[in-house]
Amino acid sequence: MEALMETLLTNVDWTEIGWASWDTLVMVGMSLLFSVLIGLPLGVMLFLFGKRQLLEQRAAYAVLSFVVNVLRSVPFIILLIVMIPFTVMLIGTSLGVAGAIPPLVAGGAPFFARLVETSLREVDRGIIEATQAMGATVKQIVFGALLPEALPGIIAGITVTAITLVSYAAMSGVVGGGGLGDLAIRFGYQRFQTDVMVITVALLVIFVQLLQMAGDRLVLYFSRK
Amino acid sequence: MIVFDQVQKSYQVGGRAIPALHPTSMTIDTGEVFGIVGHSGAGKSTLVRLINLLEPPTGGRILIDDENITDYTATELRAFRRKVGMIFQHFNLLSSKTVADNIAFPMKLAGIYSRTEIRDRVDELLKRVGLADQANKYPTQLSGGQKQRVGIARALACRPTILLCDEATSALDPQTTQSVLKLLADINRELGLTIVLITHEMDVVRRVCDRVAVMDAGEVVEMGPVSDVFLHPKHPTTRDFVFESENIDREEMQQDLQHAQGRILRLTFRGESTYTPLLGSVARESGVDFSILSGRIDHIKDTPYGQLTLSLVGGDLDVAMQALEAADVHVEVVR
Repeated sequence: MEALMETLLTNVDWTEIGWASWDTLVMVGMSLLFSVLIGLPLGVMLFLFGKRQLLEQRAAYAVLSFVVNVLRSVPFIILLIVMIPFTVMLIGTSLGVAGAIPPLVAGGAPFFARLVETSLREVDRGIIEATQAMGATVKQIVFGALLPEALPGIIAGITVTAITLVSYAAMSGVVGGGGLGDLAIRFGYQRFQTDVMVITVALLVIFVQLLQMAGDRLVLYFSRK
Repeated sequence: MIVFDQVQKSYQVGGRAIPALHPTSMTIDTGEVFGIVGHSGAGKSTLVRLINLLEPPTGGRILIDDENITDYTATELRAFRRKVGMIFQHFNLLSSKTVADNIAFPMKLAGIYSRTEIRDRVDELLKRVGLADQANKYPTQLSGGQKQRVGIARALACRPTILLCDEATSALDPQTTQSVLKLLADINRELGLTIVLITHEMDVVRRVCDRVAVMDAGEVVEMGPVSDVFLHPKHPTTRDFVFESENIDREEMQQDLQHAQGRILRLTFRGESTYTPLLGSVARESGVDFSILSGRIDHIKDTPYGQLTLSLVGGDLDVAMQALEAADVHVEVVR
């Protein structure tokens, strides 16, 4: 068995794979964290400024919505390249794990913001009305009613965003990011080491499956409907 | 006391103002159960939402206990809303909170109650609405009637002086409707709370309301004590509602009347006269023969009433009518 593995996976350096997996984890984890930190308030604002919502602000909504749409419509591979000067300015380098995080956040945060907006819109208007009738402030409505009611949807949104970030993170290998994608491109693609390609892809698949399972469980746990 | 002074509301739709409520003036007394009945789109939802300014009026003044609430600042308005409870057709409970947390929610929002105060009040309210053993359940685990009880408990949490009911029983089955209405009546009696109730069912009005306003196309077309409006409806819309609630088919009734002979009278008994043995003696004294075409004996809130449509043949009709009127029976000549 071991011999078979050796012959089939001649090019696979498991230490390298280990580090690359760790790098992917860090990239996804950090960019997810910042995407949620930026995307959640952005999504709440999009919701509140929207038509016939609590703080209807047509101009503000139009601007926010435009920025989000622009960031979402630029293909991520282009965003990676366009972001390079900004990334260098922000953290000093556009390479490696750290260099990949700003473009990942730029791609992930607006994506997540839209998902948050959608799940907030799905909260029954009657609940907002009832909370208003109790004399709640907008802040109390958001934190006391809207976010708790939309929590399962928001968690599902985090899962989808995390999975999107896994695929974005793999893409960042093209411009010198790190992680499994980088490994797949440098060894699997450029050096024709198919075994490395297969292993990295398999690891990515497993990673995505685990994320989805964990997300689904959490959604179920927080759903009271 | 809730006073509407030429209050109106219109919505801007595509640059045009669509009226939802034409200028309306009325007074709702402290401690009464005031019903607003109307078809959907008649403006009753708008009317009830004007009372806690969920819908701000586009004209007129709303005075509550002599304060003009339309002048309130945002902070004053929030404080005022805590004194006005509201329950809804679809309950609008937070699915993410337990029954106890739903009831505690308005108190927590108010930010002026201590933890023990909140806990004691929630326990008290749970007992009041008969859900003491359901405190830790989530709304989805409850039946419709139980959910509305939670809604009522939540609305009462901050000890309001006014309770607004927006089609509170429309999503419930008849039996559950009964028990929820009874709960509302008890609350009104025990707490002296003013209840404003909107509904499209005249039956709900008949059971719990003291006075009623009938709405049609954004206007109050008839208003008065329930027994007057219910037993002697004047406006066509009101008549429709009353017939509907009594399951009377108008065409069928017209046919029945055509077949009947002689004069047709509609007699209305109210209160004690409902139980007086009267028809037989009147028939004997006046020599009039009668047959009952339709009739109903029921209660308006706590007052019994009876309404009979009779056809009368022969004898002395004037004597009969005088005898009936002398016995405090309202007589209406139909034909």
